[in-house]
Amino acid sequence: MESIHGKVWKYGDDINTDVIFPGKYTYTVTDPAEMAARALEDLDPQFARMVQKNDVIVAGRNFGCGSSREQGATCLVHAGVGAVIARSFSRLFFRNAINAGLPLVQSAAAVEALQAGDEVTVDVAAGQVHTPRGVFDFPPLPEAVIGIFEAGGLLPYTRRSLGLDGGD
Amino acid sequence: MAAQADKTFSEKILGAKAGKPVVPGEIVDVTPDLAMSHDNTAAIARTFQSIGVRKMLDPELHVIVLDHCSPAANEKFAAIHQEIRAFVEAQGIENFFDVETGICHQVLPEEGYVLPGRLIVGSDSHTTTYGALGAFATGIGRSEMAVIMATGKIWLRVPETMKIEIGGVWPAGVAPKDLSLKIIGDLGADGALYKAVEYCGPTIREMSVSGRLTLCNMTVEMGGKCGYVEPDARTLAYLNGRARGNFEIVTSDPEAAYSDHLRYDVTDLEPQVACPHSVDNVAPLRQVAGRRIQQVVIGSCTNGRLDDLHAAAAVLRGRHVASGTRLLVLPASAEIMRAAAADGTLLTLLEAGAILLNPNCGPCMGNHEGALAPGETALSTANRNFRGRMGCKEAEIFLASPLTCAASAVTGCLTDVRELLDDPAVLQAVRGEE
Repeated sequence: MESIHGKVWKYGDDINTDVIFPGKYTYTVTDPAEMAARALEDLDPQFARMVQKNDVIVAGRNFGCGSSREQGATCLVHAGVGAVIARSFSRLFFRNAINAGLPLVQSAAAVEALQAGDEVTVDVAAGQVHTPRGVFDFPPLPEAVIGIFEAGGLLPYTRRSLGLDGGD
Repeated sequence: MAAQADKTFSEKILGAKAGKPVVPGEIVDVTPDLAMSHDNTAAIARTFQSIGVRKMLDPELHVIVLDHCSPAANEKFAAIHQEIRAFVEAQGIENFFDVETGICHQVLPEEGYVLPGRLIVGSDSHTTTYGALGAFATGIGRSEMAVIMATGKIWLRVPETMKIEIGGVWPAGVAPKDLSLKIIGDLGADGALYKAVEYCGPTIREMSVSGRLTLCNMTVEMGGKCGYVEPDARTLAYLNGRARGNFEIVTSDPEAAYSDHLRYDVTDLEPQVACPHSVDNVAPLRQVAGRRIQQVVIGSCTNGRLDDLHAAAAVLRGRHVASGTRLLVLPASAEIMRAAAADGTLLTLLEAGAILLNPNCGPCMGNHEGALAPGETALSTANRNFRGRMGCKEAEIFLASPLTCAASAVTGCLTDVRELLDDPAVLQAVRGEE
């Protein structure tokens, strides 16, 4: 996949799913554009208005903790977020992001190096993050789930494995 | 050989499903024994249909409970429920519980779906609750549930297992919720990230199934993949007359390798409270006592069982909710609500000024009933206090035990129940019953 190049939005530890996509919307807000408009609503009201395609979220530990809600990942995809770089991810966010085809980078060094507003490039194929303060390697996804990510997410992957290609 | 060594419950349950011995870190493709979804089944059904499969692989695998906004708060939710009922009918799903039944994490154990040794997934993070009966149970995403409908399969990483051994004698006025908050405060919101958490020790053996459900429910709040309590006579007594089908108890082997081994003693534990806006922001209650509160919620899948309502009633009997404070009582299921009606508990709570809500998840997540206004403070027995969680990002939420919540409802401010009730017999009597 091609490199992702964008601007950094930086946040702290334990960014939870309720501030990424509030619980009160989880059953009623389903339109991608409307989901994008609600992204990070209770964390950073500027974000949804200002985010540009391929911008990168950089955060501390346990990003996406809390609910199983998939919209925590998909609202970021709909908002144009190209990747999330964090010290660690909650297990449900990790699953949901892979299933949505959203690249995740676990790299404490890259988090340390990046500031809000920086330009950053994430090269998923090479496993590298290019920052104004250096280049950092990150570990690849587990082999067992790389296929899901490379197919563009769980649904295209499943369609392909069931021989149902050509869905969407 | 190390590969033949003793194994934890999670390695054994996932290994049996994978058909081979497994070690932590390994990813396995498995078919769960049970897959739970709730009001998100409407979105899941749409995703399932988008895959291009007409009929789900195995309707018996799925249990659906309508609970997140029950009964529907508005036309949108009503339409979601309608869509789910039509899907249930079209797919021939028999394990369906409509809006009158209760909260999924209470309904599944109550209805005998949660059995020792079972592998259960749910499109809800608090699916960890079911480990209280010796199952391996964890949350998954909506698309993953749709794929299980189509293929029966999901990938799971075999977790490391953390052992938390608990001993000591409970002080009056302190409950399993206080223990859970204490542990989460110590370990942090990612303290058990990706790990299975096995609760054991003499205090767990003496703990009611209800208390065990509370601990396992809260386990996801420290990042845990699942909670687990080894089944015993209490488990079997709970399952007696409920269990749907046979089961085999799966336990950790004596020499199994744990990633961590922590020990807690409840003897000196005091009432705890999670302060805004994260569950691991835990303090002894006395440090924040006196803080004014406008709303108290007693109930939810965390603490809405009969013993929780009994605890609240013991405090509220002959007392009244403070002026300027509203008390919402939310039993976890219709079965519990009926039992609390039959034994007079509900009348005690209503006479004290409580507002009785039907079992549902609404108030806990700002979906339905009990929303907060900007500047308000709530105290709840639920499991999350994230900003905006109860529908308003300018509000603050504290979490505590039913005893603390009941005492605080009486005074209108955060209160140590032991200051309100000086009869230790009452306080002891309201904890640990089945």
